[in-house]
Amino acid sequence: MISSGLGALLSHWRRRPLQLAMLLLGLSLATALWSGVQAINAEARASYDRAAAMLGQDRFDQLVPTSGEEVSQETFARLSRAGWKVSPIVEGEWRVGTSRIHLIGVDPVTLPSGATAAALGVTSDLLAFITPPGLLYVSSETAERLKGNSTPPLKVSPGMLPSTAIADIGIAQGLLDKPMLVSRFVVSPDQPMGRPELSVVAPELSLKKPDVQGDLSRLTDSFHLNLTAFGFLAFAVGLFIVYSTIGLAFEQRRPTFRTLRSLGIPATTLMGLLLIELLVFAVFSGLMGVALGYILASFLLPGVAATLSSLYGASVDGALTFRSGWVLSGLAIAVAGTLLSAAQSLLQISRMPLLAPAQPRAWARASERLILVQSAAALVLLVAAAALSEWGSGLVMGFAVLACLLLGAALLLPGVLSGFLALMSRTSTRPVALWFWADTRQQIPGLALALMALLIALSANVGVGTMVSSFRSTFTGWLDQRLASELYLTARTDEEGDRLARWLRPRVEAVLPVWNAEGDIDGQPGQVFGVVDHRTYRDKWPLLEAVPNAWDRIVSGDAALVNEQLFRRGHHSLGDMITLPRGWKVPIVGVYSDYGNPTGQAIVAIDALTHHYPNVSRLRFGVRVDPQKVSALRREVVDTFGLPPQNVVDQANLKRRSLEVFEQTFSVTAALNVLTLCVAGVALFASMTTLSGMRLPQLAPVWAMGLTRRRLAELEFWRTMLLVLVTLVLAIPVGIALAWVLLAVVNVEAFGWRLPLRLFPADWLRLGGLAILAALVSVVVPLRRLSKVTPATLLKVFADER
Amino acid sequence: MNAKLYFFFVLTLCLGELGVAKAQGFAGLGTKAEGFALPIPGRRFEFPGDHGPHSDFRIEWWYVTANLKGADGIDYGAQWTLFRSAAAPGDKSGWSSPQVWMGNAAVTTPDRQFSAERLARGGVGQAGVNTSPFSAWIDEWSLAEREPTGAGDELSHLRMTATGADFGYLFDLDASGPIVPQGDNGFSVKSAEGQASYYYSQPFYTVTGVLRLPGKEVAVTGKAWLDREWSSQPLAANQTGWDWFSLHFDSGEKLMGFRLRDSAGGGYTSGTWISAEGQPTTIPPNQLKVTPGATASVAGRAVPVKWHLALPERGLDVSVSAINDQAWVASQFPYWEGPVRTTGSFKGLGYLEMTGYR
Repeated sequence: MISSGLGALLSHWRRRPLQLAMLLLGLSLATALWSGVQAINAEARASYDRAAAMLGQDRFDQLVPTSGEEVSQETFARLSRAGWKVSPIVEGEWRVGTSRIHLIGVDPVTLPSGATAAALGVTSDLLAFITPPGLLYVSSETAERLKGNSTPPLKVSPGMLPSTAIADIGIAQGLLDKPMLVSRFVVSPDQPMGRPELSVVAPELSLKKPDVQGDLSRLTDSFHLNLTAFGFLAFAVGLFIVYSTIGLAFEQRRPTFRTLRSLGIPATTLMGLLLIELLVFAVFSGLMGVALGYILASFLLPGVAATLSSLYGASVDGALTFRSGWVLSGLAIAVAGTLLSAAQSLLQISRMPLLAPAQPRAWARASERLILVQSAAALVLLVAAAALSEWGSGLVMGFAVLACLLLGAALLLPGVLSGFLALMSRTSTRPVALWFWADTRQQIPGLALALMALLIALSANVGVGTMVSSFRSTFTGWLDQRLASELYLTARTDEEGDRLARWLRPRVEAVLPVWNAEGDIDGQPGQVFGVVDHRTYRDKWPLLEAVPNAWDRIVSGDAALVNEQLFRRGHHSLGDMITLPRGWKVPIVGVYSDYGNPTGQAIVAIDALTHHYPNVSRLRFGVRVDPQKVSALRREVVDTFGLPPQNVVDQANLKRRSLEVFEQTFSVTAALNVLTLCVAGVALFASMTTLSGMRLPQLAPVWAMGLTRRRLAELEFWRTMLLVLVTLVLAIPVGIALAWVLLAVVNVEAFGWRLPLRLFPADWLRLGGLAILAALVSVVVPLRRLSKVTPATLLKVFADER
Repeated sequence: MNAKLYFFFVLTLCLGELGVAKAQGFAGLGTKAEGFALPIPGRRFEFPGDHGPHSDFRIEWWYVTANLKGADGIDYGAQWTLFRSAAAPGDKSGWSSPQVWMGNAAVTTPDRQFSAERLARGGVGQAGVNTSPFSAWIDEWSLAEREPTGAGDELSHLRMTATGADFGYLFDLDASGPIVPQGDNGFSVKSAEGQASYYYSQPFYTVTGVLRLPGKEVAVTGKAWLDREWSSQPLAANQTGWDWFSLHFDSGEKLMGFRLRDSAGGGYTSGTWISAEGQPTTIPPNQLKVTPGATASVAGRAVPVKWHLALPERGLDVSVSAINDQAWVASQFPYWEGPVRTTGSFKGLGYLEMTGYR
């Protein structure tokens, strides 16, 4: 009985393979986008965890300098002689050729066991490790990159992160030019009894508890939240497909349900059978989705890794590892999504009276009341979005605004469409037109879900597109200002830097040092740059806000400009004092935009920089010179000083590279955006095809009154186009609102910079074209079917039981 | 005090954190001493220079064991050790120094054993040994000349401190006798093949001080024995472990004796008989009869905790028994080291170290 019941239920799908395909496709796509994003996040987080675990920051207490970057090595002897069991670590950015390596110097003898994780696995000789030139532990990828440079002998260790190297502390101090300095100490978990307080032994240090989360994951949290939000959006759009397909399938099977119940299958058994059917579909599409998600993630991951590394300096492996975590979460969300989508339909079946009319209705016929309720809910959500954006703060709040906005707009759609159609029918007088408007309006409930999905996808597309384009145009303009020098040079040693500057001065218009010191600004890692007094800065530097005569005050050496990120993070205003590395306090006299940089930055006069940070490396210079002479000068510099070509970069080159980084930053967003639109297209297609099969009862009378099948098909075509166009028109303001939230709320929270909103109508036209294309594809099948329907079929409608 | 050579391995294994090649049992002790200086017979000690490190030799130690009696009437044992192990001969200042130091401290009570260890690199001030005034240290542990220094050698009046997670001590050591060269004027032969080390002792310390143990602080008095030894290739390749005794007899005489076990099942014994005045007499190879007795199960191994020692020419015929059978030093390379009591023809106290039991 049960098996024949199941057979009867499943026969539906055999007769409607397209519907089945839609269901599975929708669910698979939704799961794929979701689990793809999860896979990327999981991979990145695993990398951060490894970074944190690499030096035991996740397990051991650390002693860190209270101010500045390093303390004297003498502190180490003092600590150990006082009974503090600690292990010193020196770390910093190490430039090798064109690469930047995060170099970590450890003392293997005192390092607590477990602090280096798997990083150092294969060495065979302590002596080689500690005796100059030492050994350098790197990943195979980093080893490949460092090939050909003069480095200590490399040892490949599988546990190492990309762009990171571990060496003995003595070797690292030399390479980083931090002689006798220690960046921090790892505190051993077993300490002897009766040791004195840290404040007595080393007041210059403070104790930092193990950081389970890690600095990197905190820094990149907003980025991953962004990705997750996109994954979720895509999943939600996918669920629209599943919901509509399942609803339709249940409605169409009402006669089957009634027959089965009449034949004696209890309601509970029927429910159970339906549940099993759904679970099988869910697990199958879940698996498909996870597999697709894996493929998707491996395509997107290199881009994400590049973004994370250029944006946050975070090292993420470019290769995806298979992790059971996101596979299970992908399956779970597929099942949960299916059940959620089916809940309403299942509930209806369980309540269905045994002898209820078995006529298929394309979903419960939505009444005016339902549309009113939806519209009211939509208004509440939109008001909530407005209120949140006005009074809320924080990244999560930003996403809440986005969610309210999208959902509100989607719920408002049926109401708006219905109102629009009512208006149109009032202006029409001809009978066919009147029928057209009324019939379209009657169809709204059936198409509402697909149209909502389309609206969300289109709005997201408009919003993200607007954000990225606004960003791009601002960024390009900013780059033109910021990269004012025609040529950028990097010397190999300070001494060479000095010679280079002396040699250049009589030959060019100006030599602008690009020197910077690193250290804590306002308690967080940042950089301080020095500038000379030159019109390049006064004319071109992109100041967002500044006191009058800001540059004069900078030149006086007792004021600083800060970048927007630092300014916003500290909730500063002009004139506030800011603490630069080594406790140097100066007033803020201006704020400049600094896109693409996650860390705080300040600018002071060059003399003040070298005065406060005498060890600053004097390697980089910008050169102002007649653009005509750039290539000649470049050749001359290379010939005279033997600088490697990568140390002599012209402006155009640098701009191109910066733009590449920028494009990478949003490539993932763009890819997800397009995929979301595809999912919405499939949703529309699914709705159109399934709905068209049920439209015969509505079309047959009109056909009988004399409209040809061809004319009917034409009308159907225009109906679809009209609905899609109205949705598109509605999506544009929603998308602009979305872009505003992204630019003014989310970006400020996530990256620390605010950008002006710019509109790009050309992009909307392109998007409109895409939407219409999607609509065309989705009507092709139903229209072909309609134009081929035989008169006999149409006549049969009148003979049927209805 | 050959036994301590074994710590060469401990150090090697500690460096195993970095994956240093696995030591192959004890055979690694027989590795070639390339580039390192080798002990030669006939050299005379020169103090205070010889109290300091000899960085051209591969291994060296400053090793104190103390038999103590608490104000509470309980017998205690204490140990303070600083080992030096060189990855290459010579010393350099800063992190490129090839010298690695290890400290070991322990306190044994009749029913408990406390121990701690420390590791450090040379060249950066975390550990080292200075002479004039004498000072040996690793982290906050220290064995140093006390001020004001009385008459006598730099080692005559020392203060010795160490702390672990659950114990600590501070002892004043005062020598009541001379420094004693072991072996042939300090040239101590360790195998029939001629492996040797430089070796001298100060076995005449009286100790007063304080022991800190969980929940109590105990004033203690007793006797201590300092060993200084350095070498580069101390063991023959087939020697697998050793049993080493340092005994203070009530008569005022002292005995240092050891047995080196080899893989063939045989052994090599040697030692020094020290008169109450500090006059050493070398015991010729294999004259001292060292016989293991009852074993105890310690950390999953059968370790002899009762011994019989006989040296007919001195009328020595004693039973040696551990004060605490479980005096296991659970360091990265664990071994047995604890206070013992002798009964028989000579009554007394002392220390026993045993390695290589599996």
